Amino acid sequence: MKYVDEYRDGAKAREIAAVIGAEVQPGRRYNIMDFCGGHTHSIARFGLEDLLPPSVRLIHGPGCPVCVLPTGRIDSAIELARRPDVILCSYGDMLRVPGSGRDSLLKAKADGASVRIVYSTLDALKVARQNPDKTVVFFAIGFETTTPPSALALLQAHAEGLENFALFCNHVMTPPAMRAILTSEERVPLEGVIGPGHVSVITGSQVYQPFAEQWQLPIVISGFEPLDLLQAILMLVRQVNNGRAEVENQYARALQQDGNPKARQVIEQVFTLRPSFEWRGFGALPDSALSIRPEFAAFDAEARFALPYRSVPDHKACACAEIVRGLKRPQDCRIFGTACTPDHPVGSCMVSSEGACAAHWAYGRFRDQQQGAAQ
Amino acid sequence: MKLDWVSGRVELTHGGGGRAMARLVDELFKSAFSNPLLDAGNDQATFTVPAGRMVMTTDGYVIHPLFFPGGDIGSLAVHGTVNDVAMGGARPLYLSAGFILEEGFPLADLKRIVTSMAAASAEAGVPIVTGDTKVVERGKADGVFITTAGVGVVYDGVEVSSDRARPGDVIIVSGTIGDHGVAILSVREGLEFDSEIRSDSMALHRLVETMVQVAPGLRVLRDPTRGGVAATLNELAQASAVGMELDEAALPIRPQVRGACELLGLDPLYVANEGKLLCICPPEDADRLLAAMRAHPQGQDAAIIGQVVADDHRFVTMATSFGGRRVVDWLAGEQLPRIC
Repeated sequence: MKYVDEYRDGAKAREIAAVIGAEVQPGRRYNIMDFCGGHTHSIARFGLEDLLPPSVRLIHGPGCPVCVLPTGRIDSAIELARRPDVILCSYGDMLRVPGSGRDSLLKAKADGASVRIVYSTLDALKVARQNPDKTVVFFAIGFETTTPPSALALLQAHAEGLENFALFCNHVMTPPAMRAILTSEERVPLEGVIGPGHVSVITGSQVYQPFAEQWQLPIVISGFEPLDLLQAILMLVRQVNNGRAEVENQYARALQQDGNPKARQVIEQVFTLRPSFEWRGFGALPDSALSIRPEFAAFDAEARFALPYRSVPDHKACACAEIVRGLKRPQDCRIFGTACTPDHPVGSCMVSSEGACAAHWAYGRFRDQQQGAAQ
Repeated sequence: MKLDWVSGRVELTHGGGGRAMARLVDELFKSAFSNPLLDAGNDQATFTVPAGRMVMTTDGYVIHPLFFPGGDIGSLAVHGTVNDVAMGGARPLYLSAGFILEEGFPLADLKRIVTSMAAASAEAGVPIVTGDTKVVERGKADGVFITTAGVGVVYDGVEVSSDRARPGDVIIVSGTIGDHGVAILSVREGLEFDSEIRSDSMALHRLVETMVQVAPGLRVLRDPTRGGVAATLNELAQASAVGMELDEAALPIRPQVRGACELLGLDPLYVANEGKLLCICPPEDADRLLAAMRAHPQGQDAAIIGQVVADDHRFVTMATSFGGRRVVDWLAGEQLPRIC
C-alpha cells in the first residue's frame, strides 16, 4: 500500500533499532513518554517495544481522548441520549465507555435511546437535516485534532439555520495536560517526550518550546507509523546523549512549524477557554478545555438542556488515573485482565483501542505471561 | 390475484396459507429451485441416506444491506451453509431454505434474491429440497431473513474437528482475507465509499474435495466468517488447547482491503470472509496441500500463515513485519471505528 508500506518496512525498522541499540549509553536511562493515544496504539500493534534496548522505556501518556474524559461527562452524554427528543451522535469509541453504575451509551441504545455512530461531524449534520423534529447532539470530544471539525459543523449549522443541531462540547487541549504531568508531585521521571503528531499539525510545534526550555526536556514530534516512531526515539536518544533539550520535528511530511492557522482561527471563532475542566486522572485543570462562545449558545447542548456537571469518583480499584499520568503500567493495575477486560471494561483505558490498557491487553499481554513463567 | 413482480409488495396474505401463498410458492420458489425432491410437493424431502458419517448444519442470514458488491443475501445463504457442511470434511448433498418476509417488502427484490439463490445452488450442485415461507407484519423483520440448513456426507477416512490441532501443525488460509467485510462496509448506510472490492462469497466444497484427496490426514477446516481469521483461530486454539503463531508478512490481503481498513481504523484479521477457509494440517502434508490448493481456482492465493505451538495460555500471537510480536486477540464486541 503506497504511502503506508514505506513506513512499515521491517528491514529498515531493524536497522534503526540497531542504531538505537548502539547509541544508548551504558548506565543511562531513557524514559520516554509517548504522549498520544495513536502512538500508544501503534507501538503495541507493531510490537515496537521488542525492538528496543532495555534502557529505553516507553511510558504511555494522557493523549487518548476517550481515556481522559471523566465519568461525569459520560453520564451527561447518556442522560442526553436517553431524552426522547434527542438523537445523540458519537464517534464509535465512546459507546462502550462505562458511566456511573456501569451504564454506557451502548446500554442506553439497547434500552431504546437514540444513539448513532458517525465517522464525521458532517454525518451528524446530515442526521440533523433528516430529523427536523429531534434535537441532534454531537458528542464532541478529543484534543486539538478533532476540535476544528466540531467548530466547522457548528458554523455550518449556523449558516444553514439548522436549529435542531447542537454540540456537547468536551474538547480539551494538549499543553495543559503536559504541564500537569510535568508539575505533578508524583511525577514520573522523564528523559524525553514523543510529541503528538496530528495535534501539532493544528497547533504547530512551537507550543512545546516552553516545555523543552523550562524542564530541559527533549521533545520530538512524531508521525504514527512504526518507522516514524523508531526514528523519533532515535532522535530523542541523541538529544539525551548530547545534553540537548529541543523541540524537533520528525513528522516533517505533515507538520509545519506554524501548524494550521486556518484551523486555529475556526477554533477561536467558535470556542473559548473553559475556566476549569475535570480530567480523568488529573482532576480539575484550569484553562485546559474549551466551551462554546455565548454568541453560539443556541448550538450548545449544555446551555440548551441546562446540563449540570456532576463529578463522579472512579471505581476504587481502577488505576486509570495513574495510568494516564504514566505512574502505573496497565499490568500494575490489580483488576487488569481480571475484573476489567475489553468485554467488561471498568475504566476508560480499557475501552478505546488507543487506551494503554486496551492496547496492552489486545497486543502485548503475552509478555506478562512469559515474564511470569521466566521468574 | 396475479402477482405484480414489478411494483408489487409482500402482503400478509402471502404467508396466510391460502391461494395467495400458493401462488407465491408456485410462481417464485418452486419454479426457481425446481428439482425432483422439491417438485414432489411434500412438507419434507425424502431421500436415501448414503453409507458413512453424515453432517448437518443450520445458519440464519439477517444481513443489511441485502445486496452488496459480489452477492446478496440469497447467494450468501447458499454459500454459507454449503461451506459449513464442507468444513466438516463432507460433501454437501441437500439444502433447506426458510424465508421470513416483512410485509411491504418489494416482490421484485424478493425475486432477485430467490433467483440468485437458485443460481448459487445450481452452480454448487447442491439442490434446495424443502422450504418454508412466513410473512410478519411491517416492522417485525428487516425486509427478509433467510435460514438454510444443509446435510452432507463425510469423505471416507477424513476426520476434521476444531479440537484436533497439534503443536507443529501448519496453518493455511485459502486466499485473501477481509474482502467480504470491506465490500459490505463500502455500501453500508452512512459509510459509503467508492471501492472495487467485491465480496468473496462462494461455495468452497470443491476445494475441500481436492484438499481431502491430497491430504486426508488434515485436522481442522473452518471458514473464518464473523470475527474474521482472528476470532476463528482463537476458537480453534481454545478448542485444541494450543497456541498459534502467525506471520504478518505471509497474510494474503488485497491492497484495496488494507487501504480501506487503514482508513477506517479496522484490522483485516477481524473482518468477515464468506469464501475463504482456514486449514490446519500436519507439517508433512503442508507443501503438497498448498500446491494442490493453489492449483485449484478457489485457492489460487492460498498461503501458509503460521503454525500451531504448545502454549498453556492458548495465545494466538503474530510476528509483525518488524520482528516484534503481538497478541491477536478475540474481538471485544463489534469492531468500532476509532476517533482519530
